Amino acid sequence: MIQRNKEVWIFIEQRNGKAADVSLELLSKGRKLAAEINGTLKSVVIGHNVSDLAKETFRFGAQEALVFDHPALEHYRTMPYSKILNTLVDEHKPAIFLFGAKSGLTADCTDLQISDVKYLRNEYKDLLLQIRPAFGGNIIATIIAPDVATQMATVREGVMRLEPLDVPAEGKITNIPFELTPFDEIVTIIEQHREENKVNLKAAPIIVSGGYGLGSKENFMHLHELAAVLGGEVAGSRAAVDAGFITSDRQVGQTGVTVRPKLYIAVGISGAIQHRAGMHESNKIIAINNDPEAPIFSVAHYGIVGDAAQIVPMFINVFKQKLR
Amino acid sequence: MSFNSIVLVKQVPDTANISGQVMKDDGTVNRALLPAIFNHEDRIALEFALQVRDNYGGTVTVITMGPPRASDVLRECLFMGADEAYLISDRKFAGADTLATSYVLSEAIKKMGNFDIIFGGRQAIDGDTAQVGPQTAEKLNIPQVTYAMSIEGLNKDSITIKRKIEGGYEVLQAKLPVLVTVLKDAAFPRPFKAKRVMAYKNAKTLLELEKLVEGNSLLYIDQLKDEYIQKHIYIKTLTMDDLQLEVERCGVAGSPTKVHKVESVVLGAGTHEMIEPNKDGLNLLIDKLMEDHIFG
Repeated sequence: MIQRNKEVWIFIEQRNGKAADVSLELLSKGRKLAAEINGTLKSVVIGHNVSDLAKETFRFGAQEALVFDHPALEHYRTMPYSKILNTLVDEHKPAIFLFGAKSGLTADCTDLQISDVKYLRNEYKDLLLQIRPAFGGNIIATIIAPDVATQMATVREGVMRLEPLDVPAEGKITNIPFELTPFDEIVTIIEQHREENKVNLKAAPIIVSGGYGLGSKENFMHLHELAAVLGGEVAGSRAAVDAGFITSDRQVGQTGVTVRPKLYIAVGISGAIQHRAGMHESNKIIAINNDPEAPIFSVAHYGIVGDAAQIVPMFINVFKQKLR
Repeated sequence: MSFNSIVLVKQVPDTANISGQVMKDDGTVNRALLPAIFNHEDRIALEFALQVRDNYGGTVTVITMGPPRASDVLRECLFMGADEAYLISDRKFAGADTLATSYVLSEAIKKMGNFDIIFGGRQAIDGDTAQVGPQTAEKLNIPQVTYAMSIEGLNKDSITIKRKIEGGYEVLQAKLPVLVTVLKDAAFPRPFKAKRVMAYKNAKTLLELEKLVEGNSLLYIDQLKDEYIQKHIYIKTLTMDDLQLEVERCGVAGSPTKVHKVESVVLGAGTHEMIEPNKDGLNLLIDKLMEDHIFG
């Protein structure tokens, strides 16, 4: 049986020397996983002029930052980045290595846990359980990698909570030299164009979210009005995005954004597991649906069975009257 | 200047249309009952390859690893315009995760001869890992460009590709040979050509020919295979032995990730409070929310 060390590593995704939220969320989660196996938490930082960023990871519990700082590493490129990580993992073999991503192996986990596992007559200690919905949300699969030294998984932004420490960990920065080879430059970046995301669903205290059940873009417009009146943001399920009711940057769920607002109003959303995974931790949930059997009611605090096209305008009117 | 492309395609269960019967009592999936479809993004990958051939000349070869019935997607590729199709199939490949799959695909590609570009869909809808393309590139030791939106330029040494990144796009130039994975909205796949459907609807893999021979003592497999090759309707079929693969790197044995547990999604009874769908109900609801300081 394979002997693992007790290191939990988090890859720190960065842009312009600033860490991606998902990486800091994963440090927060990694800190707990490391505690469960009595291990240490380390960050892996690749970029240029990233020493401040490396220090920032101590605030989330990293005890050591493994840093590769080189002008050629300023922007992500697959060849040099994967070469660095391959070499590093081969050398140190961390027990767990987590990445923020929209896909990967095992992709889009909605939860990570540590547990002893009995698998095929073998007993494994402290395995990483990688938990995710699969097969169109009909099942929840738990994936393990029992016989390899390094267990890797990816998690999307927002799934894990961001939990900085009051007092930063006493971390140490380990600079590791990087030598550029011609193979690293086999792919070159000619141009980059980025618009900062204008929508920040994660920070919205109130979210009014619509599903395919609304039936039309016109009906969806009522949600915009409701959100404006309540001071919230509009969002949608994957089905609503696929139907063209709303843009994909406002999609809530496993393949969209995970949110925890004070109030989540789900309108015409049936509530597949992938959607529920992205909103069930909201403080208060109102479900409005004409199907009383819709799964969304299982996570709701308040349920309204009825026609959304009538109830939403009524909600707006009643709320406006209260404000007077 | 012409380019030879290889396209990685996959037959996938139609996860968007799962009926109740597909779920077994123990929470596992009865794959045999799932309709099998052509993974959409792989069809876009084939369209990319066909456009390269239209514009520059060259060949388009499709390859899939899968069970015998995966030949359906290969015939569809031939209907769309692929020059040649390979089925890589062996019982020992069953249960492969992305690592074992990319090992088999990369070894098959090594034996298929020279190529300039490998295209594949970004990911398959059954696993959503988006890993097989990148892992195949790694094993072939060639560069990769993922999330491609369009080809901006192509010459004998390099390809220029616009790819999606968070919040925008970037344009990359990569030296050939290269592996490219494409996004679902990157192109419209061309429809089947009636002439090609007529020509290839009876195209068969070795496994399908063996089935024919099984039920007919007058047929001999080698003879039948030659006949299909001559008619250009033989789908090349490769097994683990044909590819001289290491058995411990294939299928379940070669897959480090294991499914430990599968649970059906069971809904809790839920403890929500029902609100009447009228003004009084909403009045009450909004009062409760205000008491909880939800607004402002």
